[in-house]
Amino acid sequence: MRPAGGDGVSRRDFVRVMAAAGGGLLLGCGVDDPRRDRLSTAKTVPDVSPPAFAPNAYVRVGTDDVVTVILPQAEMGQGIYTALPMLVAEELEVGLDRVRVELARGDDKLYANPLFGFQMTGASTSTRAFHKPMRQAGATARAMLIAAAAQSWGVDPVSCRAEQGTVIHTGTGRRVTYGQVAERAAKLPLPDKVALKDPKDFKLVGTPAKRLDTPSKVNGTALYGIDVRIPGMKIATVAASPVQGGKVAGLDEAKAMSIKGVRQVVNLGDVVAVVADHMWAAKQGLAALAIRWDDGPNGQLSTAQVVKVLEDASQNPGVVARKDGEALLAAHRPVQTIEAVYHAPFLAHAAMEPLSCTVHVREDSCEVWAGSQVQGRARATAAEVTGLPLEKVVFHNYLLGGGFGRRLEHDYVTQAVRIAKHVAGPVKVVWTREQDVQHDFYRPSYVDRIAAGLDANGSLTSWNHRIVGPSILARWIPPAFKNGLDGDAVDGSAQLLYDIPSIHVEYVRQETPAVRIGWWRGVGVTHNAFVIETFIDHIATESRQDPVAFRRRLLGKAPRALAVLDLAATKAGWGTPLPASHGRGVALLYSGWDTYLAQVAEVEVTASREIRVRRIVCAVDCGSIINPDTVAAQIESGVVFGMGAALWGEITVANGRVEQSNFHDYRVMRMNETPPIEVHLVRNLEAPGGIGEPGTAATAPAVANAVFAATGRRIRQLPLEKALASGE
Amino acid sequence: MQLSINGKTHTVDVPGDMPLLWVLRDVLGLTGTKFGCGIAACGACTVHIDGKPTRSCGTPVSALAGKHVTTIEAIGETASGKKVQDAWIALDVPQCGYCQSGQVMSASALLARTAQPTDSDIDSAMSGNICRCGTYVRIRAAIKRAAAPVVVADNGAQP
Repeated sequence: MRPAGGDGVSRRDFVRVMAAAGGGLLLGCGVDDPRRDRLSTAKTVPDVSPPAFAPNAYVRVGTDDVVTVILPQAEMGQGIYTALPMLVAEELEVGLDRVRVELARGDDKLYANPLFGFQMTGASTSTRAFHKPMRQAGATARAMLIAAAAQSWGVDPVSCRAEQGTVIHTGTGRRVTYGQVAERAAKLPLPDKVALKDPKDFKLVGTPAKRLDTPSKVNGTALYGIDVRIPGMKIATVAASPVQGGKVAGLDEAKAMSIKGVRQVVNLGDVVAVVADHMWAAKQGLAALAIRWDDGPNGQLSTAQVVKVLEDASQNPGVVARKDGEALLAAHRPVQTIEAVYHAPFLAHAAMEPLSCTVHVREDSCEVWAGSQVQGRARATAAEVTGLPLEKVVFHNYLLGGGFGRRLEHDYVTQAVRIAKHVAGPVKVVWTREQDVQHDFYRPSYVDRIAAGLDANGSLTSWNHRIVGPSILARWIPPAFKNGLDGDAVDGSAQLLYDIPSIHVEYVRQETPAVRIGWWRGVGVTHNAFVIETFIDHIATESRQDPVAFRRRLLGKAPRALAVLDLAATKAGWGTPLPASHGRGVALLYSGWDTYLAQVAEVEVTASREIRVRRIVCAVDCGSIINPDTVAAQIESGVVFGMGAALWGEITVANGRVEQSNFHDYRVMRMNETPPIEVHLVRNLEAPGGIGEPGTAATAPAVANAVFAATGRRIRQLPLEKALASGE
Repeated sequence: MQLSINGKTHTVDVPGDMPLLWVLRDVLGLTGTKFGCGIAACGACTVHIDGKPTRSCGTPVSALAGKHVTTIEAIGETASGKKVQDAWIALDVPQCGYCQSGQVMSASALLARTAQPTDSDIDSAMSGNICRCGTYVRIRAAIKRAAAPVVVADNGAQP
């Protein structure tokens, strides 16, 4: 539902909202189902503000002047908990200090991401998708509060204005607070159209406002899905078959039940849960079960087999993602061809909060508490598993202790509901870190083949890129997978900005066996950016040209890309001397996120072939900015996430099992390994671009190019340190 | 068994080998201390035991007789904890925030024993705390801010 305009909330719905509000729980405006508010036994949020006026699903104004923003998107660190309320507050003319935030419950109708048509936080879309709807939500509320005040004074609304949570009659200077006219506003019809502010008049948007969630995150009061506590709740932990498709062959239930605090063993065949009074008893119970697994048909799978499947498929032609300029080849005949093959490994998310989901299945209803990036899907899976109608299921979302794409899957919710069906009363299922690492939906493994033609002058004339890998999209949004083409798998490659006479990009869909794959921060672009930007660097250095100067010459038709490249190069001191064994590398990024990013990495490679990143400089043009401090934070964050993956990240498989299990063998960045990161923002009023993921995607190629500058070694297989050590 | 946590004595009926982490979270309801790895490799579960930063996931409660435990819920009542929390807020350090309880506990302990930590001190004290959101650059800056002597400006306001 759009928050404003012709399809807004009807008067009838409105009355219902008010009634629901009187009942003490109001999340959004109960448009589609009046019964669901009675379902909940636990309030998602305390009734801190007496609700009076709720013109749409996103905004509520209380008689106490508190403005509540109902956040459709999941907060997983990216700062949307502050950015979207800033948009509402801007249009509503209130300070952020008057704003409280509630997390929307699972509801695909009420809180769909407009870019996807269902509730979903991912693909760096929250700002892009909700920029206008949130402004409209705030502007609608503002217009109605002004109209209510004008009505009470018997004056023309045009003679009134809104300012800092009050309506002022300009002629007489009379003023009322929003809270004072909220109940009157609630009785007014929704306006057909509301005027949005001119961005040049923004007072809050574009400023580095403080995050609204920070205070609770430094004193232990912030609540994540794993922190849920329901009266009478038991705690369970699980072991799923270590091999995809495997089944339990045997277990020692009596031994587990003999452990103090263990209450129940739930054996679902593919997964076993031990239900207990606390996690310690559950963990001990699980160990005592000594489960024996029948591995099934995938018990021999290895990483080498996965790579071979992809390499074999890379000999086949693919589906065309982009083909232009073929006719120009005659005039730009290549006299030299440069070719390369690239490999990208599986990667785990390893968010800090292990997966967890609390469920209470009753005879006629089901309640679920968890952190999810797809709240509506989480609700739907609970309905499917229990056989209950959707409206009998309530999904309460929480802060996410990291998402990175892992919580775009709802497998842990499905699993918890399956377990909870066998448990009397509420049960919180908590995964161990080992389960989290070994039962992830991994960033796919890819193989890329790429070839470039150069003419007699050393200019690029042709570019042929073949991408080979599985399709996440085909499983995740089947209608978006069209004619064999996965837009995510080719993202960044299909939008190549370099001005090359002939560009050919194609995709070979090749599913890889028995390893679950899914969205990973940076998505398809992450592997493509590595291929494109290390290959273009290779062409530059092979033809003895400076990597920045070489790229500059290819960006004649992409002024925003050129601007960030120049900015990053200048700020990084590109071309200035470095000590021995140090090197600088550059990478440029553009993709479907519509953000331009240039990154310069400075590295030192030690005698023992360790790569130490010494400095990162980023220049970013993401168009309109809501909160520049959040943009900088997201780029810093993306860089660190991408750096650990580039240097060490790799999930490997042996005997059908993921070999890594915890932070000791799935290495991630730590404080002592993180260099200074500078972020320079280009400010303009272009359409907003995504910022959650570009930093991740640009890092591996920048670091790899820096490693080349330091060592002369051109690495085409991630992770970098392993490749450097093995000499591949 | 009696445990002294945040200045209060709690009597709990749990096995002696039960890690403090699960007593805090599942028995006492102090969920600010986080579970991250269970093998003392990530620092999310850091608490102070007699002022020393300690991984609660690897600390059996039987080892706590006569000792005082401080968790994130009470660290703001200490001088260094308050400074750290204030600096974290001033620089908007947290992102997802899940690891930040542990980060704040490690940083508070560092500042309590080293008033002016060097970069190397920060690396030693903080490298056991993983942050997957990569807030390390801001954590470093916030520790330095918290460590800075309070300067009173001419107008009496703190800058």
